[in-house]
Amino acid sequence: MTKTSLLRALAAASLLALAAPAAAHDFKVGDLKIDHPWARATPGGAKVGGGFMKITNTGTQPDRLIGGSAEISAIFEVHEMKMEGNVMKMRALEKGLEIKPGQIVELKPGGYHVMFIDLRNPLKEGDTVKGHLVFEKAGKVDVEYKIESRASTGGTGHDAHSGHGTKAP
Amino acid sequence: MNALKLIRLVVWASIAVLTAALGFLLLAPPKDTGTGVAAVGGPFRLAAADGSVVDSGMLMGKPFALFFGFTHCPDVCPTSMLEITNDLVALGDKARDFRVYFVTVDPARDDAKLLKDYTGSFDPRIIGLIPKDEAELAAIAKSYRAIYRKVETPSGYTMDHTASIYLMDAKGAFFGTLDSKETPAIRQSKLRRLIDKR
Repeated sequence: MTKTSLLRALAAASLLALAAPAAAHDFKVGDLKIDHPWARATPGGAKVGGGFMKITNTGTQPDRLIGGSAEISAIFEVHEMKMEGNVMKMRALEKGLEIKPGQIVELKPGGYHVMFIDLRNPLKEGDTVKGHLVFEKAGKVDVEYKIESRASTGGTGHDAHSGHGTKAP
Repeated sequence: MNALKLIRLVVWASIAVLTAALGFLLLAPPKDTGTGVAAVGGPFRLAAADGSVVDSGMLMGKPFALFFGFTHCPDVCPTSMLEITNDLVALGDKARDFRVYFVTVDPARDDAKLLKDYTGSFDPRIIGLIPKDEAELAAIAKSYRAIYRKVETPSGYTMDHTASIYLMDAKGAFFGTLDSKETPAIRQSKLRRLIDKR
């Protein structure tokens, strides 16, 4: 190997090393793929925050997201939020959130979310929060939530995330 | 037409008239401002999170916005407050004296300090208002025709609530609402018209 090609190889390797962390923000457990868990930075004093992600079931059996935890909150629940007319309604999904075989379920603002209740600290943009999710069949998986701006909608317009996965329909 | 048919016709006609009358009584708005616009909003006097008291009587000449929310709200409340903050910033000097009142529908948990921290992290023009009891909350919600309801969750409770932002003009009359589904351009043009209206 000449000196030049060695340098080239080193340069290529360091580029790969730089690119890798940005591209990999998904987690797998059994037949489930959990794509880009994230949450919005919280306003001052807020005791709750919502977490979002995309869950894909590549298997042949339905599964359910039934619980989890996050290091920043005492309580973790799976919720559905919806607007009925101009009234906001939020409900805990007591049987969990079903992900059918072949289905992609997106937890996003204005819809399904995991809720961090009794936050110990505010969620700050740029931070990463460790936690885990529990599925009825696939079991427990460690995940990390990226804390984005209060205006973020995740997915589209989110640069670090555009390198992989498919866009929401 | 024989007599029986005539009687049948009269009976059916009477039922139709009575049904229409009943429907009108049930569905007609209870109050009217006399201008053909149904009354939304009304006088209120509530403690503010900064320790002052906000009396709607003192707001004459000052258009304002009003929102029902609570701080244990992961999505709609912060989004609405962020959007109106961005709108106020975009309006620049025009919105310098504009106020947005955030009425908590969860006064049991939203004390003055918490609510002040919360609204303050958006914009100082957003003022938290705290009804002192259920009666005060029920009264202002009723006058704005807003809905709120406590809903149990495994770890405690959450609140359903009307998520529109009410716009009130300089005379204290209902001007319209802002909605998250609207573009910033539409929201800002409504706010501009509201502030310019005398």
